[in-house]
Amino acid sequence: MKLVLRNITKRFGSLVANDSISLEVSPGEVHCLLGENGAGKSTLMNVLYGLYQADEGEIVLDGEVQHFLGPGDAMAAGIGMVHQHFMLIPVFTVAENVMLGNESTGFAGTLDLDAARGRVREISERFGFHVDPDALVEELPVGVQQRVEIIKALSRDAQVLVFDEPTAVLTPQETDELMEIMRQLKEAGKAIVFITHKLREVREVADRITVIRLGKVVGEAEPTASNAELASLMVGRPVELVVHKDEPRLGDDALVVKDLHVRDALGHVHLDGISFTIRAGEVLCVAGVQGNGQTELTEAILGLQEHVEGSVTLDGRQLVGRSVRQVLDAGVGFIPEDRQADGLVGGFSIAENLMLNRSFRSPFVRGGSLRVDALEEFAERKLEEYDVRAPDIHTRASKLSGGNQQKVVVARELSRDLRLLVAAQPTRGVDVGSIEFIHKQVIATRDSGIPVLVVSTELDEVVALADRIMVLYRGQVVGIVPGATPRETLGLMMTGERPKDVVA
Amino acid sequence: MSTTGLSPAPVPTAGPTIDTVPVVSRKTPIIFGVLTLALVLILLLEGQSGETTFRLAARTDFATLPELTVPSMGGAWALAVACALLTAESVRRYAGRRRTAAWVLVAFAVAWMAGFLTWAAAGETVPVVGLLAGSIALAVPLVFGALGGVLGERAGVVNIAIDGQLLLGAFAAALVGSLTGSPWAGLVAAMVAGALVAVVLGLFAITYFVDQVIVGVVLNVLVIGLTSFLFSQVLAPNAASLNTPPRFPRIPIPVLGDIPLVGPVFFRQTAVVYLLYIAVALVSYALYRTRWGLRVRAVGEHPKAADTVGIKVNRTRYRTILLAGAIAGMGGAFYTLVSVPQFNREMTGGAGYIALAAVIFGKWDPIRATMAALLFGFASNLQGVLAVLGSPVPSQFMLMLPYVITIFAVAGLVGRSRPPAADGVPYQKE
Repeated sequence: MKLVLRNITKRFGSLVANDSISLEVSPGEVHCLLGENGAGKSTLMNVLYGLYQADEGEIVLDGEVQHFLGPGDAMAAGIGMVHQHFMLIPVFTVAENVMLGNESTGFAGTLDLDAARGRVREISERFGFHVDPDALVEELPVGVQQRVEIIKALSRDAQVLVFDEPTAVLTPQETDELMEIMRQLKEAGKAIVFITHKLREVREVADRITVIRLGKVVGEAEPTASNAELASLMVGRPVELVVHKDEPRLGDDALVVKDLHVRDALGHVHLDGISFTIRAGEVLCVAGVQGNGQTELTEAILGLQEHVEGSVTLDGRQLVGRSVRQVLDAGVGFIPEDRQADGLVGGFSIAENLMLNRSFRSPFVRGGSLRVDALEEFAERKLEEYDVRAPDIHTRASKLSGGNQQKVVVARELSRDLRLLVAAQPTRGVDVGSIEFIHKQVIATRDSGIPVLVVSTELDEVVALADRIMVLYRGQVVGIVPGATPRETLGLMMTGERPKDVVA
Repeated sequence: MSTTGLSPAPVPTAGPTIDTVPVVSRKTPIIFGVLTLALVLILLLEGQSGETTFRLAARTDFATLPELTVPSMGGAWALAVACALLTAESVRRYAGRRRTAAWVLVAFAVAWMAGFLTWAAAGETVPVVGLLAGSIALAVPLVFGALGGVLGERAGVVNIAIDGQLLLGAFAAALVGSLTGSPWAGLVAAMVAGALVAVVLGLFAITYFVDQVIVGVVLNVLVIGLTSFLFSQVLAPNAASLNTPPRFPRIPIPVLGDIPLVGPVFFRQTAVVYLLYIAVALVSYALYRTRWGLRVRAVGEHPKAADTVGIKVNRTRYRTILLAGAIAGMGGAFYTLVSVPQFNREMTGGAGYIALAAVIFGKWDPIRATMAALLFGFASNLQGVLAVLGSPVPSQFMLMLPYVITIFAVAGLVGRSRPPAADGVPYQKE
């Protein structure tokens, strides 16, 4: 089935999310849609999938103009979507998820689960997926959950498959497997739209590449184009893909973590006895697939976790058992992984957000009242210094783009006297320009002699920043390796395997 | 391309869980201990004399069970010892990091209750059949309400307005029953009334994203005000024509109704109670085994996922709460068409809130919620029976009993329970 999108325009109020975008995909072809976060890729796909209605333009399948009022219509027309955030119900089984909305039933609407199981088995055998139809989705690894999403689309005879940022949650190995699956689907005659912002993947599977920026198509490229070419198309200016940094000037051991255990209230073990040391002036990156204990590690250091055993010392002072405020006062700066939930108060102004971790005393508070003048002067300065693009310091944080929000968080954390910086996913959902800036700030912090702990699921970021890399897998340290370790080795370690030459 | 990862085993589990140190709640053994101690203290401080008789048969039984007579203090002490042993068993299991088994729980509950009754009814006769049958009668509105609550919350709509649905159902049943002379017409009117409250709830909670707890509470207050006003202005002055609904007759079921103990308790009831049995069975079957149920649960767990497979989320929610409202309305009809053949101000006495507690205690499952509602019904009836027997416990204290049990049940005895993920969250498309 050949899909043509013709001059699709979608506006949200005054914002033009898609400005006359056209796109063509033929059967047996992988068409990559490359663009930064916020470029309008997902909006376009939601239009295609019937979740949004386009203001202008048309969707044409095999020469016929389509009018989708909802996802049901799009699915009936043969469009299948593999969502970035899986649209699966965690407490349902695979078979139940696959049949939902498309149930085969017996007498009086009784579910025919056997038929659904058969369908799952048939499709997973055809593509070699190995998915158990009776497994509960929440108990499956992320990579397998994604296959369930694919099975869901295929079980409805989708001819056009849309993959929306499918690799964001996968290990490098799972990513390789997904690429292989895409090739198989392509050979089976499906038309594939592959949305991503990761350059490497694009060049691996794409037959055609369309680059969009700020809601507009800015160019087409061949899969043979170089990373630098693609990146500059995407960002609109030449970009430095590598962070320039000098050899670290290492000081004494600063952060010493010994035999750290973290449980949650239900007794699940998240960290199972991990130990490491960061020296002053060093960046230690924690690599690993999301959900292997990274979140709990940063939260345990900050004092946000309740059931913590073991020891965390910073410059010889114990942090375990201290309150969050005591930890902050000890000089720990924290960039949380979810800035909207934990990093900012969306309804507060930029200025107010900049003083969140210093709301107790000077310089911003005296005698229980805010010193508004001092705060405003400080905010103006930081806005300038950290290149936050906002109308003024009174703008609400929720109105800012992801990159600018993150710069506000970084500015707040770095403008105190730090003895340790903990940065969790510092550039998640941030545009390439801001990534460059934030990476420079992290390196500058290191160079001023502060130990830095960076947690990232993006291998690119880990490799760019790290002096040493610690790989976590299921709450344990697989190994701590030098920053120059090859990606393949790291990828392997992220699956829990320890290469022979690596010591734990 | 590495193919190793495609092999089916071993598949690592997703998410953060590496290993689980079993967390066994301390609550059960502690509660057992406290209750046993309380029983022992009662026996020590307030000794009784005489014998206690348990009557296990109703007078009209076809086959009767003999009466059971025990010496009050001796029997009570024996049961207190049994409680202590069961507590020890629970502690032993806790020490071995195991949950207290269900049979221990049930055995403890029966032993404690029997021990307490033996003491409280010293020198008297406990009508066991009457106690249990009365519990069912008091539990009927609770079960209907809880069923409605389970349905709504499974679809993602928290329904605090169960009490309002019961009350308006009772009112409508009384009015329409009196006007038509038919209890069945009254029942239908009650269902419509319950659904009507649901429409308002849906309008605010689903369409306009208003906080569901607030809407629910407001609806309850509104229904109280409305029915009280109409009662004093319309029903009371014309009581003979507008507030004398016909009652559903008691229909003993042949054979089943003659089984000793079980028969008189469960199968000599009115049509409304039989409808209740059917409703519980139907709802629990439909929720887990039909397309309708799958979609309802999907909408309550992950509405966006349901939307992306073409399920109309809000339409499904509306339909479900309308059905839930009709079911709760039937519970209201029980008040005026079975219990008392007339409507009174605020006659539900907050039963809807107890039904809500049963939903939580029952972990959002129709069968478990029904069990919970039955337990609350038992607690209420026990208080009544003990008052009649003239037990040594002050009646004011006994009036607290159902609510104390509610608090204990909801706070203490529920293990790990997980509400539907999108419970109470309105679905808004971006």
